[in-house]
Amino acid sequence: MDTQRREGGLWQMIWAFDLITLIFLVITAIISLQTKDLLSAAMIFGVYSFLMCLLWAGMAAVDVAFTESAVGAGVSAVFLIATVLRTTRRSSD
Amino acid sequence: MELLEALSAKFNYWIYVIIMMIGLYAMISKNNLVKKLIGMSIFQTAIILFYVSIGVKEGDTIPILYHDQVHPSHGDSHHGADTGHGEDHHPSHEEIVANLHIEPDDFANPLPHVLMLTAIVVGVATLGVGLALTQKIYRDFGSIEENEILESIKSAK
Repeated sequence: MDTQRREGGLWQMIWAFDLITLIFLVITAIISLQTKDLLSAAMIFGVYSFLMCLLWAGMAAVDVAFTESAVGAGVSAVFLIATVLRTTRRSSD
Repeated sequence: MELLEALSAKFNYWIYVIIMMIGLYAMISKNNLVKKLIGMSIFQTAIILFYVSIGVKEGDTIPILYHDQVHPSHGDSHHGADTGHGEDHHPSHEEIVANLHIEPDDFANPLPHVLMLTAIVVGVATLGVGLALTQKIYRDFGSIEENEILESIKSAK
């Protein structure tokens, strides 16, 4: 059973992977909230959801990861784009 | 030095708090309704991320049993003996349970995963309702900026 545990080196790699993904997560969150174009805000929010999905796959929560990739990056991005197309694309802030 | 250690040892929790505060800031201070809803989604995913990260253990793997954990291998002459006397080598359910050797520390805790799976779906439903309300507001007021909507409500009175 010990062979199925993650080895020490791999665990260190996942630690570094988590840190890099979290930094990109903060960057995408800030960009998606600061951009004035709502369509690009929706697309960058999709990138944010995808990064979140990667993070959950690294945390051994595979079920949460593919639910997020289907529902978060897929459906909610579609909802946001549909709203942007039916209303207006510009945002004041 | 102690402060630096406290910051670096739990760096992921600090980043979750930062993401959560970004979402809260957007919900409070943004004027655009779509931006407010994006902020709400970011807030929700930060909380879900915190809960999922509670279930992680050092050196764990995904919470799924492997085949040889449930059916431990008996030896090389397994198949030859099987064809000899057929019904002998069908272990009952109780035998399988008695032979299980599962170390819970090897697996991530699946309980927060299941709870947060529900929270993700509820979050998308909330976002959908909010965006539907935004479309309705745009049809009635011609704007999705909060200050302009408040202006037109005041001037209509």
